[in-house]
Amino acid sequence: MVYTQSPLAIALFVTFVCFVLGLSFYLARRTSSAEGYYAAGGNIHWFTNGVAFAGDYLSAASFLGICGMIATAGYDGWMYSIGYLAGWVVALFLVAEPMKRLGKYTFTDALDSKFNSKAIQLTAAISTLLVSVFYLIPQMVGAGVLVQPLLGLPHWVGVCIVGIVVTIIVATAGMASTTYVQFFKGALLLIMSTVVVIAVLSKGLTTTPENNGQPYHDFKSMTASASLELSDPSYSIVAGLDSVYGEAGFVKLAKDGKESIWQLNEANGGYALEETLYVTNMADGTKLYNGAQKEDGAFFPVGHIKELKMDGQEVAATGAVGPLAYLSALKDSTIVLWGKKYIADGANKLTIYYQKPTPGSRVLRPGLKFKVDNATPTQTFNFVSLMLALFCGTAALPHILIRYYTVPSQAAARKSTIVAIAAIGFFYVLTLFLGMGAMTNGVINLTDNNMSAPLLALSFGVILFAVISSLAFATVLGTVSGLIVAASGAVAHDLMDNFLGMNMTDAAKVRAGKIAAVVVGCIAIYLGIVFEGMNVSFLVGWAFAVAASANLPAILMLLFWKKTTGKGVAASIMVGLVSSLGLILISPDMWVRYGLLPQDAPISFNSPALISIPASILALVVVSLMTQKDVPIVASETAGA
Amino acid sequence: MGHGPAVKLGKDNASAYKTKLGVGMFIAYTIVYAIFVVINATNPKAMESIVMGQTAAVMWGFGLIALALVQAVIYNHLCTKAEEQLNS
Repeated sequence: MVYTQSPLAIALFVTFVCFVLGLSFYLARRTSSAEGYYAAGGNIHWFTNGVAFAGDYLSAASFLGICGMIATAGYDGWMYSIGYLAGWVVALFLVAEPMKRLGKYTFTDALDSKFNSKAIQLTAAISTLLVSVFYLIPQMVGAGVLVQPLLGLPHWVGVCIVGIVVTIIVATAGMASTTYVQFFKGALLLIMSTVVVIAVLSKGLTTTPENNGQPYHDFKSMTASASLELSDPSYSIVAGLDSVYGEAGFVKLAKDGKESIWQLNEANGGYALEETLYVTNMADGTKLYNGAQKEDGAFFPVGHIKELKMDGQEVAATGAVGPLAYLSALKDSTIVLWGKKYIADGANKLTIYYQKPTPGSRVLRPGLKFKVDNATPTQTFNFVSLMLALFCGTAALPHILIRYYTVPSQAAARKSTIVAIAAIGFFYVLTLFLGMGAMTNGVINLTDNNMSAPLLALSFGVILFAVISSLAFATVLGTVSGLIVAASGAVAHDLMDNFLGMNMTDAAKVRAGKIAAVVVGCIAIYLGIVFEGMNVSFLVGWAFAVAASANLPAILMLLFWKKTTGKGVAASIMVGLVSSLGLILISPDMWVRYGLLPQDAPISFNSPALISIPASILALVVVSLMTQKDVPIVASETAGA
Repeated sequence: MGHGPAVKLGKDNASAYKTKLGVGMFIAYTIVYAIFVVINATNPKAMESIVMGQTAAVMWGFGLIALALVQAVIYNHLCTKAEEQLNS
């Protein structure tokens, strides 16, 4: 589908950028010490830090990815919200205060607090860099993807804009400017998402959703006899039952010289035909959308309710409803979801999107994306492993953990985590309404469901669309700045100062951090450009799996097992890192990306956490027991404290 | 070695109590989360049943998010109280 560029969106984004750059230069004058640069002086108020946590954590993956997944897969998309939030419980109850007590600038500091181990400094820094880069690439690619349809600029321009702005933010005032960028972005995200949800509930549900004043596409249907005599004689058959289309359950028809593809459903001894959408990949690389060029706008947005029920009565529209009545009406209704099939028609490859009317109660329970109904043991393993990674990943993400060093006390660390739970939990409740709103308001672009939230906003007018679009850019800015701070800290503080023992002065530490931020920023821009066109959102999953496997076991065992040694911690990080990455690289999902058949992959599951986390813990226990002579005499500061 | 807090922290006599409380709270939440995952994995149809006008899945989702917040507030209240009593 074709997007309309919004000058208002550009103006709002430029205003936000100018504001945060001005703030960064202002704060830079007060950021001369290493404490100031890496930890914002450790004097950020807990409420500000809590909202900044939300701004740091709610990345484009949360805002765009989860809403898009809910819009197309219902409750299964929301499972990510539930799992991500549960991870904050681990952060609050087990990690927050010890992290504040033990660390200085990076999470490596906390791990290494009682060992002074070169192995920990090196492995933890590598883990930080890997997790940060895995997280960074999708954010940078996402910036390029956003800038194309919304601002009409090429991909590389979007990547450069975000990369340069964020590098300036970080290189001027480090964690101080990053904190305030994340605070404003987090607050704006919560406020504007609430506004969109209020608009969704005020509009209510309808079987004929309007899209910014435009009527919803009238999906055509017809019947045919068993021998495929069509009830509408103005159509002629191009490819019938004995073609590749017929074998896949479709027919190709033509009317007035224009071709269309229809889904075949057996009914009353004949067939019921329903219109589909399709994308044709031509042999020469050209893509056609419903048989036309993209600019022709023939590939329309979708998402509607087939039968709408309110309080047991079938209605055409509900009018304004409350949040629980909204979900209750959806549960009782029949929602049209969209299936996808691939067909090879000669040298052309087609992706056909067809209607799948589904009971609302089925949409609002798990199973549309995750294979949990009549699942094989491997499918169950995969699901449980994913939920474990979501649960364990949050409290081990380096760019999240460094926020604990920006507050003045352990109590402030705890309180800021509670603010984060409230803000992020509230946002995740909103994602259910944003996603279901997109699913039923005729705004889904089937070729890119990541745009569901901005397009839902567009259905309420260009002003809301402009605000949400500019906010999507701000979302990328906030998260990327946190990632660059974490990565530059790993390079300048963990590797240069601690591991290599360069013994830098305070001013040199700040200078090294700023240079590292510029270098990491340049690398981020480069990666964002070279990964253009690749679906790299799976890298966020890698980041969670690696963080959960390499970092969390080391953090928790250090805190709660007195026999933990430095070598044990380093071994745990390496085993968690290698096992999680290794399993991911030989998984069926990766086999598809290599152009191979998924069933030929050496393993049959995609999520490694259920193996790599226990392996990491086992490595720590075994190596620690083998190196007990290395246990520091003073152990009460951590284990069992 | 450049470790240790960026700001000077006072001695916290409530630390042991807070750690014990945190572990207890964590175990309680983990049990509820594990039950949620197990039901989804083994009997997903049960999540389609209606509870208070919503699917059980939706109620579980809201419940887990609300439980995290409620536990967090209780945890903070008890920690603050212990800090006031033991650090004064």
